[in-house]
Amino acid sequence: MKGEMIAGTVIVVFAALFLYVAATNTGAEWGGADGEAEGVVEELTGGTYEPWFQPLWEPPSGEIESLLFSLQAAIGAIIIGYFFGYYRGKQSNSRSEE
Amino acid sequence: MHIMEGFLPHPWWEVWYALSLPVVVYGMYKMNQLVKERRETLPLLALAGAFIFVLSSLKLPSVTGSSSHPTGTGMGAVLFGPAITTVLSLIVLVYQALFLAHGGITTLGANVFSMGIAGPAVAYLVYKGCTRSNLNFYVSIFLAASLADWATYLVTSLQLALAFPSATGGVVQSFYAFGTVFAVTQVPLAIVEGVITALIFKYIIQVKGEVMVRLKVIDEKKLRKLKEVISA
Repeated sequence: MKGEMIAGTVIVVFAALFLYVAATNTGAEWGGADGEAEGVVEELTGGTYEPWFQPLWEPPSGEIESLLFSLQAAIGAIIIGYFFGYYRGKQSNSRSEE
Repeated sequence: MHIMEGFLPHPWWEVWYALSLPVVVYGMYKMNQLVKERRETLPLLALAGAFIFVLSSLKLPSVTGSSSHPTGTGMGAVLFGPAITTVLSLIVLVYQALFLAHGGITTLGANVFSMGIAGPAVAYLVYKGCTRSNLNFYVSIFLAASLADWATYLVTSLQLALAFPSATGGVVQSFYAFGTVFAVTQVPLAIVEGVITALIFKYIIQVKGEVMVRLKVIDEKKLRKLKEVISA
Protein backbone atom coordinates (compact mmCIF):
# COMPACT_ATOMS: atom_id res chain seq x y z
CA MET A 1 0.00 0.00 0.00
CA LYS A 2 3.03 2.24 0.39
CA GLY A 3 3.17 3.08 -3.32
CA GLU A 4 -0.51 4.02 -3.41
CA MET A 5 -0.09 6.19 -0.33
CA ILE A 6 2.79 8.11 -1.88
CA ALA A 7 0.97 8.56 -5.20
CA GLY A 8 -2.19 9.63 -3.38
CA THR A 9 -0.29 12.16 -1.30
CA VAL A 10 1.42 13.66 -4.35
CA ILE A 11 -1.91 14.00 -6.16
CA VAL A 12 -3.53 15.64 -3.11
CA VAL A 13 -0.63 18.10 -2.85
CA PHE A 14 -0.94 18.79 -6.57
CA ALA A 15 -4.65 19.52 -6.22
CA ALA A 16 -4.07 21.69 -3.15
CA LEU A 17 -1.44 23.64 -5.07
CA PHE A 18 -3.99 24.28 -7.80
CA LEU A 19 -6.58 25.48 -5.30
CA TYR A 20 -4.00 27.73 -3.66
CA VAL A 21 -2.93 29.30 -6.96
CA ALA A 22 -6.55 29.63 -8.07
CA ALA A 23 -7.36 31.49 -4.85
CA THR A 24 -4.33 33.79 -4.79
CA ASN A 25 -3.65 34.43 -8.46
CA THR A 26 -6.92 35.82 -9.77
CA GLY A 27 -5.34 36.59 -13.12
CA ALA A 28 -4.73 32.91 -13.90
CA GLU A 29 -6.60 31.83 -16.99
CA TRP A 30 -5.51 28.17 -17.06
CA GLY A 31 -5.05 28.32 -20.80
CA GLY A 32 -2.89 25.78 -22.57
CA ALA A 33 0.88 26.33 -22.52
CA ASP A 34 0.90 25.34 -26.20
CA GLY A 35 -1.28 28.33 -26.98
CA GLU A 36 0.80 30.61 -24.79
CA ALA A 37 3.86 29.81 -26.87
CA GLU A 38 1.97 31.42 -29.74
CA GLY A 39 1.95 34.64 -27.71
CA VAL A 40 5.70 34.40 -27.19
CA VAL A 41 6.23 33.95 -30.93
CA GLU A 42 4.15 37.05 -31.52
CA GLU A 43 6.21 39.00 -29.00
CA LEU A 44 9.54 37.87 -30.43
CA THR A 45 8.63 38.62 -34.01
CA GLY A 46 6.72 41.77 -33.21
CA GLY A 47 3.50 40.19 -34.45
CA THR A 48 4.83 39.71 -37.96
CA TYR A 49 4.77 35.92 -38.01
CA GLU A 50 1.87 34.37 -39.88
CA PRO A 51 1.48 30.61 -39.54
CA TRP A 52 1.95 29.33 -43.05
CA PHE A 53 -0.32 26.34 -42.69
CA GLN A 54 -3.72 25.92 -41.06
CA PRO A 55 -4.99 22.75 -39.40
CA LEU A 56 -6.86 20.63 -41.92
CA TRP A 57 -9.74 20.23 -39.49
CA GLU A 58 -10.50 21.84 -36.19
CA PRO A 59 -13.04 20.68 -33.62
CA PRO A 60 -16.00 22.99 -34.27
CA SER A 61 -16.45 23.78 -30.57
CA GLY A 62 -14.85 23.38 -27.18
CA GLU A 63 -17.38 20.69 -26.34
CA ILE A 64 -16.44 18.60 -29.33
CA GLU A 65 -12.78 19.10 -28.53
CA SER A 66 -13.26 17.81 -25.01
CA LEU A 67 -15.30 14.93 -26.42
CA LEU A 68 -12.36 13.87 -28.56
CA PHE A 69 -9.93 14.30 -25.68
CA SER A 70 -12.12 12.15 -23.45
CA LEU A 71 -12.34 9.58 -26.18
CA GLN A 72 -8.56 9.46 -26.30
CA ALA A 73 -8.37 8.95 -22.53
CA ALA A 74 -11.16 6.38 -22.60
CA ILE A 75 -9.51 4.26 -25.27
CA GLY A 76 -6.30 4.22 -23.26
CA ALA A 77 -8.07 3.51 -19.99
CA ILE A 78 -10.02 0.58 -21.44
CA ILE A 79 -6.81 -1.08 -22.61
CA ILE A 80 -5.07 -0.50 -19.26
CA GLY A 81 -8.06 -1.83 -17.31
CA TYR A 82 -8.42 -4.85 -19.56
CA PHE A 83 -4.74 -5.73 -19.26
CA PHE A 84 -4.59 -5.58 -15.48
CA GLY A 85 -8.01 -7.18 -15.05
CA TYR A 86 -7.16 -10.07 -17.32
CA TYR A 87 -3.84 -10.90 -15.71
CA ARG A 88 -5.04 -10.40 -12.16
CA GLY A 89 -7.95 -12.73 -12.81
CA LYS A 90 -5.66 -15.28 -14.39
CA GLN A 91 -3.30 -15.08 -11.45
CA SER A 92 -5.91 -15.54 -8.73
CA ASN A 93 -7.44 -18.34 -10.78
CA SER A 94 -4.22 -20.30 -10.96
CA ARG A 95 -3.65 -19.69 -7.28
CA SER A 96 -7.03 -21.07 -6.26
CA GLU A 97 -6.38 -24.22 -8.32
CA GLU A 98 -3.17 -24.98 -6.47
CA MET B 1 4.75 20.46 -26.10
CA HIS B 2 2.66 20.66 -29.24
CA ILE B 3 4.08 23.19 -31.62
CA MET B 4 0.99 24.38 -33.40
CA GLU B 5 0.26 23.87 -37.06
CA GLY B 6 2.21 26.22 -39.29
CA PHE B 7 4.31 27.56 -36.44
CA LEU B 8 7.65 26.26 -37.65
CA PRO B 9 8.93 28.19 -40.64
CA HIS B 10 11.15 26.82 -43.38
CA PRO B 11 13.76 25.30 -42.94
CA TRP B 12 12.97 24.17 -39.40
CA TRP B 13 9.98 21.95 -40.03
CA GLU B 14 11.98 20.07 -42.65
CA VAL B 15 14.97 19.76 -40.30
CA TRP B 16 12.89 18.10 -37.58
CA TYR B 17 11.17 15.84 -40.08
CA ALA B 18 14.57 14.76 -41.36
CA LEU B 19 15.82 14.04 -37.84
CA SER B 20 12.69 12.16 -36.76
CA LEU B 21 12.04 10.08 -39.85
CA PRO B 22 14.99 7.66 -39.51
CA VAL B 23 14.10 7.00 -35.87
CA VAL B 24 10.47 6.32 -36.77
CA VAL B 25 11.55 3.87 -39.47
CA TYR B 26 14.01 2.16 -37.11
CA GLY B 27 11.33 2.05 -34.40
CA MET B 28 8.86 0.38 -36.75
CA TYR B 29 11.48 -2.18 -37.67
CA LYS B 30 12.20 -2.85 -33.99
CA MET B 31 8.53 -3.08 -33.16
CA ASN B 32 7.95 -5.53 -35.98
CA GLN B 33 10.79 -7.65 -34.75
CA LEU B 34 9.49 -7.56 -31.19
CA VAL B 35 5.97 -8.55 -32.19
CA LYS B 36 7.26 -11.42 -34.33
CA GLU B 37 9.81 -12.82 -31.91
CA ARG B 38 8.24 -12.07 -28.56
CA ARG B 39 4.50 -12.32 -28.88
CA GLU B 40 4.14 -12.51 -25.11
CA THR B 41 5.17 -8.86 -24.87
CA LEU B 42 2.26 -7.71 -27.04
CA PRO B 43 -0.13 -6.88 -24.17
CA LEU B 44 2.62 -4.91 -22.48
CA LEU B 45 3.24 -2.99 -25.70
CA ALA B 46 -0.46 -2.16 -25.92
CA LEU B 47 -0.33 -1.08 -22.29
CA ALA B 48 2.59 1.28 -22.92
CA GLY B 49 0.73 2.82 -25.88
CA ALA B 50 -2.48 3.13 -23.87
CA PHE B 51 -0.59 4.82 -21.06
CA ILE B 52 0.66 7.48 -23.48
CA PHE B 53 -2.90 7.87 -24.78
CA VAL B 54 -4.32 8.53 -21.33
CA LEU B 55 -1.59 10.78 -19.97
CA SER B 56 -1.24 12.95 -23.05
CA SER B 57 -4.98 13.58 -23.08
CA LEU B 58 -4.98 15.06 -19.59
CA LYS B 59 -4.48 18.79 -19.53
CA LEU B 60 -3.58 19.65 -15.98
CA PRO B 61 -3.46 23.05 -14.32
CA SER B 62 -0.08 24.11 -13.00
CA VAL B 63 1.34 26.64 -10.55
CA THR B 64 1.95 29.15 -13.33
CA GLY B 65 -1.78 29.57 -13.89
CA SER B 66 -1.74 27.77 -17.21
CA SER B 67 -2.37 24.18 -18.19
CA SER B 68 -0.23 21.58 -19.85
CA HIS B 69 -0.20 17.84 -20.23
CA PRO B 70 2.09 14.95 -19.30
CA THR B 71 3.56 12.78 -22.03
CA GLY B 72 3.45 9.24 -20.61
CA THR B 73 6.45 8.11 -22.61
CA GLY B 74 8.64 7.00 -19.71
CA MET B 75 6.98 3.63 -19.37
CA GLY B 76 7.40 2.61 -23.00
CA ALA B 77 10.99 3.80 -23.03
CA VAL B 78 11.96 1.77 -19.96
CA LEU B 79 10.20 -1.38 -21.20
CA PHE B 80 10.92 -1.32 -24.92
CA GLY B 81 13.57 1.32 -25.49
CA PRO B 82 13.25 4.76 -27.07
CA ALA B 83 12.76 3.80 -30.74
CA ILE B 84 9.61 1.73 -30.18
CA THR B 85 8.25 4.49 -27.95
CA THR B 86 8.78 6.89 -30.86
CA VAL B 87 6.27 4.90 -32.89
CA LEU B 88 3.77 4.84 -30.01
CA SER B 89 4.09 8.62 -29.61
CA LEU B 90 3.65 9.11 -33.33
CA ILE B 91 0.24 7.42 -33.17
CA VAL B 92 -0.94 9.79 -30.43
CA LEU B 93 0.50 12.86 -32.13
CA VAL B 94 -1.19 12.02 -35.44
CA TYR B 95 -4.52 11.54 -33.64
CA GLN B 96 -4.16 14.89 -31.89
CA ALA B 97 -3.00 16.70 -35.03
CA LEU B 98 -5.87 15.41 -37.16
CA PHE B 99 -8.79 15.43 -34.75
CA LEU B 100 -7.91 17.97 -32.09
CA ALA B 101 -5.91 20.61 -33.96
CA HIS B 102 -3.24 20.08 -31.30
CA GLY B 103 0.12 20.09 -32.97
CA GLY B 104 -0.03 19.72 -36.71
CA ILE B 105 1.07 17.94 -39.83
CA THR B 106 3.80 20.44 -40.65
CA THR B 107 5.08 20.41 -37.05
CA LEU B 108 4.71 16.63 -36.64
CA GLY B 109 8.41 16.06 -37.20
CA ALA B 110 9.35 18.48 -34.42
CA ASN B 111 6.71 17.16 -32.04
CA VAL B 112 7.73 13.55 -32.66
CA PHE B 113 11.28 14.57 -31.94
CA SER B 114 10.53 16.22 -28.59
CA MET B 115 7.92 13.80 -27.25
CA GLY B 116 8.82 10.60 -29.07
CA ILE B 117 12.60 10.73 -29.30
CA ALA B 118 14.19 13.18 -26.83
CA GLY B 119 11.90 12.32 -23.90
CA PRO B 120 12.13 8.53 -24.27
CA ALA B 121 15.90 8.72 -24.84
CA VAL B 122 16.26 10.62 -21.57
CA ALA B 123 14.01 8.12 -19.77
CA TYR B 124 16.01 5.20 -21.12
CA LEU B 125 19.38 6.67 -20.20
CA VAL B 126 18.26 7.81 -16.76
CA TYR B 127 16.81 4.39 -16.03
CA LYS B 128 19.96 2.61 -17.17
CA GLY B 129 22.13 4.98 -15.15
CA CYS B 130 20.01 4.52 -12.03
CA THR B 131 20.07 0.74 -12.36
CA ARG B 132 23.81 0.74 -12.70
CA SER B 133 24.17 2.78 -9.53
CA ASN B 134 21.79 0.39 -7.79
CA LEU B 135 19.16 2.95 -6.99
CA ASN B 136 15.78 1.75 -5.73
CA PHE B 137 13.69 0.47 -8.67
CA TYR B 138 10.70 2.75 -8.15
CA VAL B 139 12.89 5.81 -7.59
CA SER B 140 14.63 4.99 -10.88
CA ILE B 141 11.29 4.81 -12.69
CA PHE B 142 10.15 8.05 -11.08
CA LEU B 143 13.30 9.86 -12.17
CA ALA B 144 13.21 8.39 -15.67
CA ALA B 145 9.56 9.34 -16.30
CA SER B 146 9.75 12.78 -14.69
CA LEU B 147 12.91 13.80 -16.48
CA ALA B 148 11.56 12.46 -19.80
CA ASP B 149 8.49 14.65 -19.40
CA TRP B 150 10.56 17.67 -18.53
CA ALA B 151 13.15 17.09 -21.25
CA THR B 152 10.34 16.94 -23.82
CA TYR B 153 9.28 20.47 -22.94
CA LEU B 154 12.85 21.74 -22.86
CA VAL B 155 13.35 20.41 -26.38
CA THR B 156 10.10 22.06 -27.51
CA SER B 157 11.40 25.36 -26.09
CA LEU B 158 14.67 24.87 -27.92
CA GLN B 159 12.92 24.04 -31.19
CA LEU B 160 10.88 27.22 -31.00
CA ALA B 161 13.88 29.27 -29.91
CA LEU B 162 15.92 28.09 -32.88
CA ALA B 163 13.10 29.00 -35.25
CA PHE B 164 12.38 32.33 -33.57
CA PRO B 165 15.64 33.81 -32.24
CA SER B 166 15.12 37.07 -30.41
CA ALA B 167 16.26 40.21 -32.23
CA THR B 168 18.12 41.41 -29.15
CA GLY B 169 19.34 38.29 -27.36
CA GLY B 170 19.29 35.63 -30.06
CA VAL B 171 18.44 32.00 -29.49
CA VAL B 172 19.41 32.07 -25.81
CA GLN B 173 16.94 34.78 -24.95
CA SER B 174 14.20 33.11 -26.96
CA PHE B 175 14.93 29.82 -25.25
CA TYR B 176 14.51 31.57 -21.93
CA ALA B 177 11.21 33.09 -23.05
CA PHE B 178 9.75 29.77 -24.27
CA GLY B 179 11.26 27.94 -21.31
CA THR B 180 9.39 30.20 -18.91
CA VAL B 181 6.14 29.15 -20.57
CA PHE B 182 6.87 25.44 -20.92
CA ALA B 183 9.55 24.27 -18.52
CA VAL B 184 8.28 26.00 -15.38
CA THR B 185 4.66 24.98 -15.95
CA GLN B 186 5.83 21.43 -16.46
CA VAL B 187 7.69 20.86 -13.20
CA PRO B 188 4.70 19.82 -11.03
CA LEU B 189 3.22 17.82 -13.89
CA ALA B 190 6.48 15.97 -14.40
CA ILE B 191 6.52 15.00 -10.73
CA VAL B 192 2.95 13.69 -10.89
CA GLU B 193 3.75 11.78 -14.07
CA GLY B 194 6.80 10.21 -12.45
CA VAL B 195 4.85 9.04 -9.43
CA ILE B 196 2.01 7.57 -11.49
CA THR B 197 4.45 5.77 -13.77
CA ALA B 198 6.28 4.30 -10.78
CA LEU B 199 2.96 3.11 -9.31
CA ILE B 200 1.87 1.42 -12.53
CA PHE B 201 5.19 -0.40 -12.64
CA LYS B 202 4.35 -1.90 -9.27
CA TYR B 203 1.25 -3.47 -10.85
CA ILE B 204 3.19 -4.65 -13.87
CA ILE B 205 5.66 -6.40 -11.58
CA GLN B 206 2.75 -7.98 -9.75
CA VAL B 207 1.06 -9.47 -12.79
CA LYS B 208 3.67 -9.67 -15.55
CA GLY B 209 7.08 -9.21 -13.94
CA GLU B 210 8.63 -12.15 -15.78
CA VAL B 211 8.13 -10.41 -19.13
CA MET B 212 10.23 -7.55 -17.79
CA VAL B 213 13.02 -10.02 -17.10
CA ARG B 214 12.77 -11.30 -20.66
CA LEU B 215 12.90 -7.74 -21.96
CA LYS B 216 16.03 -7.31 -19.82
CA VAL B 217 14.50 -4.42 -17.88
CA ILE B 218 15.39 -6.06 -14.57
CA ASP B 219 17.12 -9.29 -13.60
CA GLU B 220 15.47 -12.24 -11.92
CA LYS B 221 16.97 -11.65 -8.52
CA LYS B 222 15.70 -8.10 -8.40
CA LEU B 223 12.25 -9.17 -9.59
CA ARG B 224 12.00 -11.76 -6.84
CA LYS B 225 12.92 -9.16 -4.26
CA LEU B 226 10.41 -6.63 -5.61
CA LYS B 227 7.67 -9.27 -5.62
CA GLU B 228 8.43 -10.18 -2.03
CA VAL B 229 8.10 -6.56 -0.98
CA ILE B 230 4.71 -6.26 -2.71
CA SER B 231 3.24 -9.44 -1.24
CA ALA B 232 4.63 -8.73 2.23
